[in-house]
Amino acid sequence: MRIGVMVCHCGNNIAATVDVEAVAAAAREFPDVVFATDHMYACSDPGQKTLEQTIRDLKLDGVVVASCSPRMHEVTFRRAVERAGLNRYMFEMANIREHVAWISLDRKRNTQKATDLVRMAVEKLRVDRPLTPKSFDVQKRVLIVGGGVAGIQAALDCADGGLDVVLVERKSSIGGVMSKLDKTFPTVDCAVCVLGPKMVDAGQNPRIALHTCSEVEEVSGYVGNFEVRIKKHSTYVDWTKCTGCGACQEKCPSRKVPDAFNENVSLTTAIGIPFPQAIPKRASINAEYCLKLTKGKCGVCEKICPTGAIAYDMQDEFITEKVGAIIAATGIDLFDHKKCGEYGAGRYPDVVTSLAYERMLSASGPTAGHIKRPSDGTEPKTVVFISCVGSRDRSLNRPYCSGFCCMYTAKQAILTRDHIPDSRAYVFYMDIRANGKGYEEFVRRAQEEYGVEYVRGRVAQVYPQDGKLIVCGADTLLGRQVEVAADLVVLAVGAEAAHGAPELAEKLRISYDAYGFFMESHPKLRPVETNTVGVFLAGACQGPKDIPASVSQASAAAGKVLALLSKDKLESDPQIALVNANRCIGCGKCERTCPFGAIRMRELRDGSQRAEVVETVCQGCGICSVTCPVRAIQLQHFTDSQLLAEVNALCRTWDETTE
Amino acid sequence: MSALGYYPGCSQSGTAAEYDISTRACLKALGVAMADVPDWTCCGSTPAHTVDHFLAGALAARNLIQAETAGFSRVTTPCPSCLAALKTANHRLADAADPGYRAEVERLLGRAAPGPLEAVSTLQVLYEQVGPQGVKAHVARPLSGLRVACYYGCIMNRPPGLMAFDDPENPVAMDELLTACGAEVVDFPFKTECCGAAFGMPRLDVMRRLSARIIEMAVSVGADCIAVACPLCQMNLDLRRGQVNAAAHTDSRLPVPYFTQLMALALGLPDKDIRLDKLVLPFGPALAAADEREKAREAERAAKAQAKTAAKPSDKETQPCA
Repeated sequence: MRIGVMVCHCGNNIAATVDVEAVAAAAREFPDVVFATDHMYACSDPGQKTLEQTIRDLKLDGVVVASCSPRMHEVTFRRAVERAGLNRYMFEMANIREHVAWISLDRKRNTQKATDLVRMAVEKLRVDRPLTPKSFDVQKRVLIVGGGVAGIQAALDCADGGLDVVLVERKSSIGGVMSKLDKTFPTVDCAVCVLGPKMVDAGQNPRIALHTCSEVEEVSGYVGNFEVRIKKHSTYVDWTKCTGCGACQEKCPSRKVPDAFNENVSLTTAIGIPFPQAIPKRASINAEYCLKLTKGKCGVCEKICPTGAIAYDMQDEFITEKVGAIIAATGIDLFDHKKCGEYGAGRYPDVVTSLAYERMLSASGPTAGHIKRPSDGTEPKTVVFISCVGSRDRSLNRPYCSGFCCMYTAKQAILTRDHIPDSRAYVFYMDIRANGKGYEEFVRRAQEEYGVEYVRGRVAQVYPQDGKLIVCGADTLLGRQVEVAADLVVLAVGAEAAHGAPELAEKLRISYDAYGFFMESHPKLRPVETNTVGVFLAGACQGPKDIPASVSQASAAAGKVLALLSKDKLESDPQIALVNANRCIGCGKCERTCPFGAIRMRELRDGSQRAEVVETVCQGCGICSVTCPVRAIQLQHFTDSQLLAEVNALCRTWDETTE
Repeated sequence: MSALGYYPGCSQSGTAAEYDISTRACLKALGVAMADVPDWTCCGSTPAHTVDHFLAGALAARNLIQAETAGFSRVTTPCPSCLAALKTANHRLADAADPGYRAEVERLLGRAAPGPLEAVSTLQVLYEQVGPQGVKAHVARPLSGLRVACYYGCIMNRPPGLMAFDDPENPVAMDELLTACGAEVVDFPFKTECCGAAFGMPRLDVMRRLSARIIEMAVSVGADCIAVACPLCQMNLDLRRGQVNAAAHTDSRLPVPYFTQLMALALGLPDKDIRLDKLVLPFGPALAAADEREKAREAERAAKAQAKTAAKPSDKETQPCA
C-alpha cells in the first residue's frame, strides 16, 4: 500500500505550537508511507491541487491529512481524494488543531501528540477498505413545524418551488407573535397588514396542507423519508362545516375567559375565533371554560350554529405524514415578567408587558387602539418603559440579549407620544442595541423628534402611591437616583425558547442549548442546518430574532430544502452496521438495543434467525456493534480491526517514548 | 425537628430587650422547644465585617461552635443582622472554592471550624414550625381592627441566595402570622426598603431621609403601627423618630412594635412578656384606634342586623303560615 501524508500549518493556528515539519518528517518513517509533506493551508485551492497531483504522480492508495476537525473539512478532502481517482473512504483525518494546537502551548509535547495522531490515522488507513454509497428515493414533501412569520415564509417559498408542504401550528390560527403586533419597527407600518396577505396565501395555496391546533407527536425515519405522527387537538367544531361567521362567539354565555391572544388584557368567550384575520378563520371551543363541556349544560352554540358544525364529542385525532425534510420554526415565548418582583409585575395591574401594551395599541385589540390603564381605564399621561426585563440578567439565568427589545421599546414610546400627544414617555435602558438597517436612526427619532426621555440605568423598584406608580431607578449618566411618578409601566420582556422546544428537539433528534434554543450545525457557515441531515431551522427557535432576520432565515431554510429535494435520489452513508451472517447467532440483542429500529430479524430456510440491517434507517451509531456478543455486527469504516489498529499504534508509540 | 439553639444577640440583651422577652414568650406559648446557646458572644455585627472578614467569620463561627458543642443542630436568632453573620460564616466556611478563608478562620479560632449548622430566623421558625394556622389556634385576644404595616427590613430576606427564605421582593411570612393574629395587614410597598441601618451614626442625614420615607409610606397606607423584625430598624424608626420628624418636617407618632410583641398580645400573654412599655412611641394610640374602628364596625353590623330583624317580621306577616 502507498500512503501519502499532508500536515497542515493552518496559518499559525497549528504551526505556532506544533512543529509541523517534524511531524511530516516522522510520518515518512511510518509503514507504507511513501510521501509526507507540510502545507500552509491544506484546504486551500493550491493545497487540494497538491494533494490531487501527488496522488496521481505517486500512485497513492490512500491519504492522511493532519489538520483541523473532520467536522470542518472531512467532506472537502474526501472530494479532493475522489477527484484524484481514489475511493473517498481511503482517506483519514488527524485532528491536530482542536485536539492539539489550540489546547496547549507546549510545542514539544504538542509535536509528539500530533505525531501520535498521524501514526494512528496511518495505521487505520492501512486497514481501511473502499466503501460505496447506495442511493434511495425521497419524498418530495416538507414538514414545517410552527406557523409564525418564519414558518409561513418557509411554507410559501417551498410551495413556490414545487414542494408539497405540511404546516403544523399549535394554536388555532397561524400568524405567531407577529400577528399580535400593532406596528413594526423601524418603518412603523401595520404588522397585520404586512402579515395578513401572507397568512391568506398560506391558507389558500393548494400545495400547503394546514394543520392548526396540532402538534408533532413523533418523528421517525431519516432524510428523504421521515414519517411524522401529528396530533390534532380537538376543537369541538367540525371545520369542514364551520364558515367562520362568528355567531357562536356572539351568543356564548361563558364570557369570563382570559383572552390569550390579547395577552389577557381582556376577556373573551369560550368559543370563538382568536382575531379577525385568523387563518383558518374557524371557531374552536376552549374546553376549560365551555359550560357544556365542564358542566354538561348550555349548548347555546350548537343551537345557534347555522351549519351544525358544533361537535362536543369530538376527539383528538392522529395523522401520519411522510416527508423528505423538516423545518423547525417554533419561534419564541416571552419571559414571564412575574419573576421580577421588584417591578411589582403581577401585583400591580398597571405594570404590563410589552406585548400586552402592543395589544392595547392595536386598533383591533381589546381597547380598540386607545391606551387605557388596566386598573381604572383612564388614559395614562406618563408611561415608563423598562428595558431588559429577563434579558442580560444572569441572576434570572437569562444572560443573553434578546436583540429586539430596544427597538420595539423605541417604537412603543413613539406610538405612545403619537396616541397621547400630551404624554411623557421614559425609557430606562442599559445600552441601546440598534444594529439593523435604519434602526439607530429610528431610536434617534424617538429621542429627538418625539422627545422620549431615555434614562440610562436600571430600575430598582416600582411601588404604588396615590394612584401613581413610583418608578425608582438610577441615572448612571448623571450619577444620581431618579424617581418618576408613572401612570403605566411597560416591561420590555425578553425572548425565551418556546415551551416544549427541548421536547420537540428530542423528537427531531437535533441539539438545543442551555436555554432551549435549537442549535445550528455551524454558527457561521451552516446557520440553517442542524446536525440531523434533513432537519432545518427557521426563525427565532434558533435564537431571538426580529422579523427581517426570521424571514431571511426562513427563506434560507426553504432554499436548503428545495436544493435537497431537487434530487430524485439521495445517497446513503455507507458508514453503517453490517451483519456477518456466518457469525450471527440470532440472539436479537441488537434488534432490541437499536435506537432507530434499523435492525430486523430474518428467518433462514432452516428456521434459524439472523439479524439484518435496514441500510436506509441505520444511522451508524455503533450501539449494535458493541452489544453483539459474538462480534457479528461491524460498523463499516469503524470495524474492530480498524479501531484496534489505531489503539495498537498509540500503545506502540507510547512504548517508544517511554523507552 | 432536632434540637434548636437560641442565640439572642447583643441588641436583644440591651436596647431590644422587649424583642427578646416577647420572642421567648411566643416560642414558649406556641410550644417551640429551644434552649439558649451557652456562653454566646457578639456575632461581630456590622463593625466586624467592615473591618476584617476573617475576624467577623471567627466571631460568628465561635458561636456556631458553642451551639454545636451544646448538641444543637440548628440555631435561631430573632435579629436579622446576627442571622446574616451566622449564615455568611456558614456559607463561606463551606465554600470549597475558598479554602483560604476556612484556614484563616481556623487559625484565629485556634481549632477546627464548626460543621455545617443551620441558622434560621425566629420569624422563619414561627412561620414554618408553627405556621399561621398553628398561631390562629392559640389566639386569645385577636388584634381586630389593628391596621399593621409589616416591615421586614432590607436583610431579613436578602441576599436571597444566602437567606433562602420567603420572597426577597415581597415577603409574606410576617403578614400571614399577624393576619392569623387577627390584625388587618395593610398593603405596604416598602416591606424591604432600607431604614438607613448603621448609617444612623456616621451619616445621620441619610438615615433620616430613608426612615422618613418608610414612616410616610406607612402613614399614607393607613397603618396604625409598623411591625418590625430587626432591632436596628426599630431603633431608627422609634428611638430616632424625633430626629426623623425634625428633618422631614413631620409630626408622626406612629408606634413601632416588634412583630413578636403583637403576637404575644394576641396570644393573651401577660404584660411582662410583651413589654410594650419599652417602646419610645407609646403603643396605646394604635390600640385605641383599632378599638374605635372595631366599635364603629360593630355598630354598623348591629345597625344592619337591626334593619334585617326589623324587616323580617313584616316578611313573615305577609307570608301565610305554612
